[in-house]
Amino acid sequence: MSLQSLDIIARSATTNPSPQIRHTEEVAKLIDISKCIGCKACQSACMEWNDVRDKIGTCDGVYDNPPDLSPESWTVMRFSEVELEPGKLEWLIRKDGCMHCADPGCLKACPAPGAIIQYSNGIVDFHEEHCIGCGYCIAGCPFNVPRISKKDNRAYKCTLCSDRVAVGMEPACIKSCPTGALVFGSKVDMIKHAEGRIADLNSRGYQNAGLYDPAGVGGTHVMYVLQHADQPELYHGLPNTPRISPLVSWWKGITKPLMSIGLGLVALTGFFHYVTVGPNEVTEHSKEEVEEEEEK
Amino acid sequence: MASLAPTFGRGAMTNHWVDIKNADLVLIMGGNAAEAHPCGFKWVAEAKAHNQAKLIVIDPRFNRSAAVADYYAPIRTGTDIAFLGGLINYLLTHDKIQHEYVKNYTNATFLVSPDYDFEAGLFSGYDAAQRKYDKSSWTYAFGADGYAQVDETMQNPRCVFNLMKHHYSRYTLAVVNNICGTPEAQIQTVYEMIAATHVPDKVMTIMYALGWTQHTVGTQMIRTAAMVQLLLGNIGLSGGGINALRGHSNIQGLTDLGLLSSSLPGYLTLPAEKEVEYQTYLAQRSYPAIRPGQMSYWQNYPKFFVSLMKAWYGDAATKDNNFCYDWLPKLDKIHDVLQVFEDMHNGKINGYFCQGFNPLAAFPNKAKIGGALAKLKYLVIIDPLATETSEFWSNFGEYNNVDASQIQTEVFRLPSTCFAEEDGSLVNSSRWMQWHWKAADPPGMAKGDPEIISGIFLKLRALYKKEGGAFPDPILNLTWNYDIPDIPDPRELAQEYNGKALADIKDPADPTRILVKAGEQLENFTQLKDDGTTSSGCWVYSGSWTEKGNMMARRDNADPSGLGETLDWAYAWPLNRRILYNRASCNPAGQPWDPKRAIIEWNGKKWAGFDVPDFKVDSPPSAGMDPFIMQQEGVGRLFALDMMNEGPFPEHYEPFETPIGTNPLHPKVVSNPAARVFKGDLEQFGTAKDFPYAATTYRLTEHFHYWTKHVVINSILQPQQFIEMGEELAIAKGIANGSIVKVTSNRGYIKAVAVVTKRLKSLTVNGKTVHTIGVPIHWGFKGVAKNGFLANTLTPFVGDANTQTPEFKTFLVDIEKA
Repeated sequence: MSLQSLDIIARSATTNPSPQIRHTEEVAKLIDISKCIGCKACQSACMEWNDVRDKIGTCDGVYDNPPDLSPESWTVMRFSEVELEPGKLEWLIRKDGCMHCADPGCLKACPAPGAIIQYSNGIVDFHEEHCIGCGYCIAGCPFNVPRISKKDNRAYKCTLCSDRVAVGMEPACIKSCPTGALVFGSKVDMIKHAEGRIADLNSRGYQNAGLYDPAGVGGTHVMYVLQHADQPELYHGLPNTPRISPLVSWWKGITKPLMSIGLGLVALTGFFHYVTVGPNEVTEHSKEEVEEEEEK
Repeated sequence: MASLAPTFGRGAMTNHWVDIKNADLVLIMGGNAAEAHPCGFKWVAEAKAHNQAKLIVIDPRFNRSAAVADYYAPIRTGTDIAFLGGLINYLLTHDKIQHEYVKNYTNATFLVSPDYDFEAGLFSGYDAAQRKYDKSSWTYAFGADGYAQVDETMQNPRCVFNLMKHHYSRYTLAVVNNICGTPEAQIQTVYEMIAATHVPDKVMTIMYALGWTQHTVGTQMIRTAAMVQLLLGNIGLSGGGINALRGHSNIQGLTDLGLLSSSLPGYLTLPAEKEVEYQTYLAQRSYPAIRPGQMSYWQNYPKFFVSLMKAWYGDAATKDNNFCYDWLPKLDKIHDVLQVFEDMHNGKINGYFCQGFNPLAAFPNKAKIGGALAKLKYLVIIDPLATETSEFWSNFGEYNNVDASQIQTEVFRLPSTCFAEEDGSLVNSSRWMQWHWKAADPPGMAKGDPEIISGIFLKLRALYKKEGGAFPDPILNLTWNYDIPDIPDPRELAQEYNGKALADIKDPADPTRILVKAGEQLENFTQLKDDGTTSSGCWVYSGSWTEKGNMMARRDNADPSGLGETLDWAYAWPLNRRILYNRASCNPAGQPWDPKRAIIEWNGKKWAGFDVPDFKVDSPPSAGMDPFIMQQEGVGRLFALDMMNEGPFPEHYEPFETPIGTNPLHPKVVSNPAARVFKGDLEQFGTAKDFPYAATTYRLTEHFHYWTKHVVINSILQPQQFIEMGEELAIAKGIANGSIVKVTSNRGYIKAVAVVTKRLKSLTVNGKTVHTIGVPIHWGFKGVAKNGFLANTLTPFVGDANTQTPEFKTFLVDIEKA
C-alpha cells in the first residue's frame, strides 16, 4: 500500500540498510474475543476503506462469510461452537487476518525486493507493485494469511490500514467496532488494556484467560484476548505455538543470497541482451495470446 | 408499547440506550440486542466492562448476545410468561422484593372489585362466542369518596398483592420447567441472579424487542417483565427500566405520531363509532385522579386534542364547532394491517397506498397477502427500493409462483428518498428526537416522502374544490401553510409539531406578564390550552422546536452526572426527560434509593438534579404525589385494570400453533382466548401431528429486514437464505450441514441451506421432545443477494390480542431434505 519510506525498517530480499533517522512507536490492534459479537462491521469497514469487494457467495452451513480470507477479504470472522464441558456451549468468534508479526515469516520468505516491508511501528505491509506472485509469503506465514489474486497474480492481506495509521488515524475496523472488542494504540498500552480485560475475565470464571502475543514470531502487532489462552486452537485453529517454517529459515540462510546472485546475473544478462540485441518486440500474435489468457 | 403504557403510563422505553451502562444486571429476553442492535449493544459491553455487570440471555437459540453473556438459558419459543410468572412466584415466596417501593409506588395495596375472578384459564367476564371479555369487573373497589380503596398492610385477600401472589402460586419451578423446557437448575440460577437486584442499590435492566412483541400473547409477556421490575424496584432508576428496543431508527417516531389505525398524534386516540358527542369523547379520555393528591396528567387531554385540531384546521376549528370534532373518522373497529389485508382479501378494498412498507414480505401468510393484493384495482408503492410487494404480480419461479396474466392490479411505483437523502429528525428507542442532515442527493427521479404525499394531497384537494364530493370539508380546510406547498420543509413540519401560541399566553401567576407572544413557538406542552389559543401537531413533541430554535439539532454531550445524562444532546420527549418516572429513583422522603445513581432529588424547595424531573417540580414529598404521573392512581400497575384485552394479570397461553397441543395449566383454554382469529385462517393453522417442530423467525446482524439484500456489502457478508436446526434433529432426519432443506408449514414452504448447529438444542416439554427450527428472514426475490423465499410464506395470520402484531415468533413446521 502506501509508502512511508522514512519508517521502513525491513524490506524483503534487500540487503541495503533502511533509513534510520526517525523512529515511531510500536502499535498494536487488540482483539478481545470475549467482547466480540461477530457483527462483521469490521469486515464491512475493511471492504469500504480499501474499496475491495469479494463476490457474493453462498451459505456453506456456517455464519462465516466470505468463507475464507481472499485477495478482496482481508479480514473474516471465524465462528467456532465449542462445548468444553457438557451443556456449557461457547460460541467463539475470532476476527482473522494478518497478525503483523515482529518477525514476519512472509517477509523472510519473499524473494521479490521490496514487495514486503516492515515499518518501525510494527506494521508489515505488502507492496503489490513489486510482488512477483510466487506465493512464498504464504509458505512463510504461520497463520495462513496472504492470498494471491487470480486477476493480477499478486499477494494481498491486511495492511493494518498503514495509510490511516501513518496520518494518526486508527484502522478502519477499529473505528467500526460497536462493542470495543477491537482497540488500537501503542503496543505497550494494548498490553496494559489486555491485563484489565483478563482480570475481568478471571473474575467471571475464565481462569485461563490470557493474551495471545506469541513469542515464536517475536510477538505480534495484532493480539488477542482469549477466554481460553491455554487452548488457542479452540478459536478456529489459532496456532498454539506459531513459528516460521524451518524451510523458510533455511531458504533465507542459504538459498537467498545465491538466488540474489542469480537474479543479478539474470539482470546483467538482460542488460547485455538489450544493448547487444535491442528491446524485445511484442508481436501481434503474442499480444493476442496474453489477452486471451487474461479473459480466462 | 401497549403493555408499558397500562403499567407505567407511557408506551416507551423507560430509560435510554446510554443509561444501560449503569446496570448491575442486564437481562436480554425476547430480543437479541447483540444481533439486531449491535450499536446499542455497546452500552451492555460498557456495563460489563466498567460496571462489572452480568449479562443473562434467555432465548430459544444460543445467539450472538449469548456469545458474550455470563449466563445463557434456553426456553421454548412462546413460553416467556410462564418463565417470568415463575419468577414472580419466586420473588414473592422468597421475599425478594423491594418492599418500600412495592408498597408506595405500585398498586399492590389496592383492593380489587369483588366481581373480579380467575378460574381455569379464564378471567371473569368472558364471552366465548365473541372471543372477547366484558372487562367491567377488572377494576378496583371504590370507596364512598370516589377513590380506589387501599390496604396499606396488604393483609386483605382482595388486595392486588395477594391476588397476584395467588395467581402466580401455580407457577412453580416444576411447572415452569414443564412448560418452557428450561432445566430446573438453570431456571433457579436465573431467578437467583435476578432476585439479587431487589435491594435498593442494585438494578437490573431488561432489553427486549420483537421476540416478545410478535406473539399472540406478546404484550402480556412484556407486562410480566414490567411487573417483575416493579417488584424489584427497578423502574425510574438509572441503570434499571424495561427497555423496548425499536427495530427501525424511527419506529418510535411512528407511534409518537400516531401512525396506527386507531391513533392520533401524541398517543391521543380516534373516537369510536359510539362516541358521537364531543364531550363524551373528551370525558372518556380525561382520566380523573382516583387517589388523593395524584397528578393524573391525562386530565389535560382536551388541551392536547384542541391544540392538535387547531394545528390541522386553523381558523376553521372553533369552540362553536367543537374544533371540528365531527370531521374525524369514527372507528367501527380497529383497522390494523391484518384487518386491512383480511378486508382486501375479501375484495372490500379497491386501492392501497403502501409507503415505506413491504407487506408481501413483512406480513404473515405470504400466499394470503399476495392473493389480497391481486384483488386490488390499484396499488401505489412509495419506496426507495424495488420491493417484493411492488412485484407481487411478477413470476419469480418457485419464489413467487404467480400468473401475471391473471392479475389485473395496476401498480404505480413512486421512488422516494432514503434517510440519508433528506433532512429531518429520527426518534430513537430512547425517545431522543435527533435532527439529521442530508448527506447526498437522491438518485434519478426519487423525491422525498413529504413531496410525494403533498403532490397527491394537493391534486385531491383541487379535485374536491372543483367537483365537490361527499364530504369535502376536512380536505378543503386542512392547514397547508408551507412556503412551497408542494414541498413542505422538514423544518416547517417540526415547528408545527412543537406548536405555537395563537394568542398571547399570559403568566398564570402574573397576568400582566406575557410568556409567549401570539405567533411564537411554544416553550413546551405545559403551555397548551383547550380554548383554541394554542396549536400543536403532536403535544409530546412540544419543546423540540422553540423560539430558541431546533432543540433536536443540539450536539453537546456534556455529562455532569457521569451517568450518561446528556441533557443538551438532541431533545427527549417528554420535556427533555431522559429517564421516565425518575421520581421513583427516590424514596418517599425524596432521597435517592442509591446515592451513586442520584439523578434527581428533593432539595427542600424543588425536585432537581441531573435529569429533568418527571414530576411536578414543586410538589414536596409530604404532599404524597406518586411517581407515575400519567396514571390515575399515580402508581405502577401490577394489576392492569381493563387496559389489556386478555386479562389484568398475564397468564401463560400457548401459541396458536403449539407443539404440545395443550396448555398444561388449563387444557380447556389452550391459546389466548381474546386473540382475534379471522374465518378461514383457523383452518390454515397446523397441528403438531403434521408439523411436529416449533419454528421461530428472526433477524441477522448482517441484514436489515428486506432492505439490505439490495446492498452489495451486506450481501457479501450474508449471501444466501438458510435455516438453523439442532444436530440431534439433523442426524435423525439425515440432513447434512450445508445441504438444502424444505421447511413446510400449513401455509406453504421455503427451501434453504441447513445450518446444523449446537446452538439449537431440543427441550423436553410436557413429556415430549420439542425441536426448534430457526428461520432468519431477510431473503426474497429482489436485490443483489442470492434469491430466496419470503420467510412469511410460513407464518400464521393471527396477532396479539391488543396490538394485532402477528405471531411471527412461534409456529409449527415440518422439515425434510429438499
